[in-house]
Amino acid sequence: MELPKMKGLFGRSRALEVEIDHFHDKLSQSAVIFKTALAAYLKAGATDSFIERQEHLNALETEGDKLRRSIETKLYAETLIPESRGDVLGLLEASDEVHGALQGALWGFAIELPDIPEEFREEFMELGDMAVMTVESLVLASRAFFRNIEAVLDHNHKVEFYETEADKISSKLKISIFRSDLDLARKLHLRTFVERIDEIADKAEDVADHLNIYAIKRSI
Amino acid sequence: MEIAVLFFLSSGLFLGWALGANDAANVFGTAVGTRMVKFGTAALICSIFVILGATISGAGAAHTLGKLGAVNALGGSFMAAFSAAAAVYAMTKVGIPVSTSQAIVGSIIGWNLYSENVTDTNALIKIVTTWFVCPVLAAVLGASLYKLTHVVLGFAKLHLLRLDAYTRVGLVLAGAFGSYSLGANNIANVMGVFVPSSPFTEFRFMDLVTLSSVQQLFLLGAIAIAVGVFTYSKRVMLTVGGGLMPLSAVGAWVVVVSHSIVLFLFASVGLESILASNGLPTIPLVPVSSSQAVIGAVIGIGLLKGGRGIRWKVLGGIFTGWMITPVISALICFVGLYFLQNVFDQKVYQSVSFEMSERVLERLGQEKIPRTHFVDLTGQRYENGRALMQAVGKQTSLSSKEESKVLDFAKVVPLTVSIDKIEHLDMEWFSGPQIQALKELSGRSYHHSWMLADALAKQSEAWKLKPKTTANKLYNKGVRQRLEGLYRKFKD
Repeated sequence: MELPKMKGLFGRSRALEVEIDHFHDKLSQSAVIFKTALAAYLKAGATDSFIERQEHLNALETEGDKLRRSIETKLYAETLIPESRGDVLGLLEASDEVHGALQGALWGFAIELPDIPEEFREEFMELGDMAVMTVESLVLASRAFFRNIEAVLDHNHKVEFYETEADKISSKLKISIFRSDLDLARKLHLRTFVERIDEIADKAEDVADHLNIYAIKRSI
Repeated sequence: MEIAVLFFLSSGLFLGWALGANDAANVFGTAVGTRMVKFGTAALICSIFVILGATISGAGAAHTLGKLGAVNALGGSFMAAFSAAAAVYAMTKVGIPVSTSQAIVGSIIGWNLYSENVTDTNALIKIVTTWFVCPVLAAVLGASLYKLTHVVLGFAKLHLLRLDAYTRVGLVLAGAFGSYSLGANNIANVMGVFVPSSPFTEFRFMDLVTLSSVQQLFLLGAIAIAVGVFTYSKRVMLTVGGGLMPLSAVGAWVVVVSHSIVLFLFASVGLESILASNGLPTIPLVPVSSSQAVIGAVIGIGLLKGGRGIRWKVLGGIFTGWMITPVISALICFVGLYFLQNVFDQKVYQSVSFEMSERVLERLGQEKIPRTHFVDLTGQRYENGRALMQAVGKQTSLSSKEESKVLDFAKVVPLTVSIDKIEHLDMEWFSGPQIQALKELSGRSYHHSWMLADALAKQSEAWKLKPKTTANKLYNKGVRQRLEGLYRKFKD
């Protein structure tokens, strides 16, 4: 039977597997970069070191976008995984929003240059860490969706846990900000940044919720 | 070949077409329905393998069908195939996946009723039993295979895309195997009724390929199936996918494999010989329904998952269809035969008479059926099997096995062994001593077929049946098939 065609089928699948792996790599790298960029900003403001990291994250996001489009086109053009491609498409697009949230938060710092008082910096960092952990667990869950469906629920559980922690920290931080002596304009400005970082965790949790359903569908 | 012969064969081709349109969907329906395999690819593979299966290993199951009722006139075969095809077509139109096996069995019984032949109860029971065994076996196979696949995939942790690629290849391979089994098992439904009245003679192509008359018949039928696949099965394939229960691609693969294994089991002469030579009980070679096998496998998987996904209402409809099909088919056949005989003046059966002569009674005595049962019947002649059975029924009651023996031995089959016809036999099929024994009998005539068999057994060991044991089953079957070939050849 059409041997070259079969070889082609496996070759194409292999290439696409690599692309999907790369897409996940980009997201997980971006999360780590976000963390170091936030630390750099909290330490010394928008220094060169911060700008360099921010640009790195932008580049990663662009590459992620390209990969996503390429994967989506191939899935449909070559009618691969007809049953799950809708889900894969949803997964990639939602993950892209997480990527966007990471990028957006750093853009905010670079453009608006918020002045974060010393007493809030530690909590900002804690919030950032928690958001990054949510994204990292999400990447694990998403990788598991492709390779080891049963592990998806374990990783998703962690996503949910970190997201709740992030919510707690963000509420606490917002209370501290609004109970402080800062003027209202600065309070509102700081709140925007708390929310932007918290949004990363929220978006990651949205993806995890979808993943839960996709995983159940796949296991039927 | 005469035009009339082609005309009569046309109903077999119609049935083949209906089978291709309907049953190919069982093999590739889920694969095409889930868009894992393109329709063109599916149709091509299906056609090639149906043709191979039918021509290479189609003979096994055809034999059992022939035993149920030997439709012995081309007109009768025409109507039997036509009524089965009409029943299948009608049911397909209504949207019920029916079984060509049931339809053809129904129409053979219709022919038996019309021609006042006695339906062989043993063969009928054998066939009907498989209708229950087949879906159950498919369900058990489906459930176990599904569980096994699940465990294996759990360990293998394949990438979703890799799994997709493997599943596609698996579906194509399983589909090819399924098509082969379908051809091997179900060709008997399409062309089996034409076997006793086959118009073909042996065909040799440059000493490379030899096609017996039956194989040519089966090849023709298989081509009709292939045409059915290409022209009509797409629609059925697309609807069969999620009709009964939603299935994943891997689930679809399990269904196709289980279906194919079941069909293969009921058609494989090779497996039969392996089982028999190891002294194990053999599986009857019977044409089973591919629809039943598929539905059995789907239900097996469904029950394994707790039975929630199964649409019981759809299933009920399908079961009803299975009950009605043979009845409808028998009815159409009966009425059709009446018209064919009385309006179109066609011969739909050759009357066979039965005689309870002194020699027959003596022979029955050797088979441990005492002649005292038939004292009043001695020397009587009967116009058909039913008349004989009614007469016998007034005297004594016999078991169904004994009944079929009485019918076999009393049946009048005038035979003459001629050197002319011996030379036209397929020399490769018979052994040297067998031919030698035949030659010694040339010029002699017999009134019953068993007389020739007995005379041959007296002449040579090569024509003797061995004691009835599992190990000897195949040997005896081979001898019997050759004898039946001789009866056809030497018929006056």
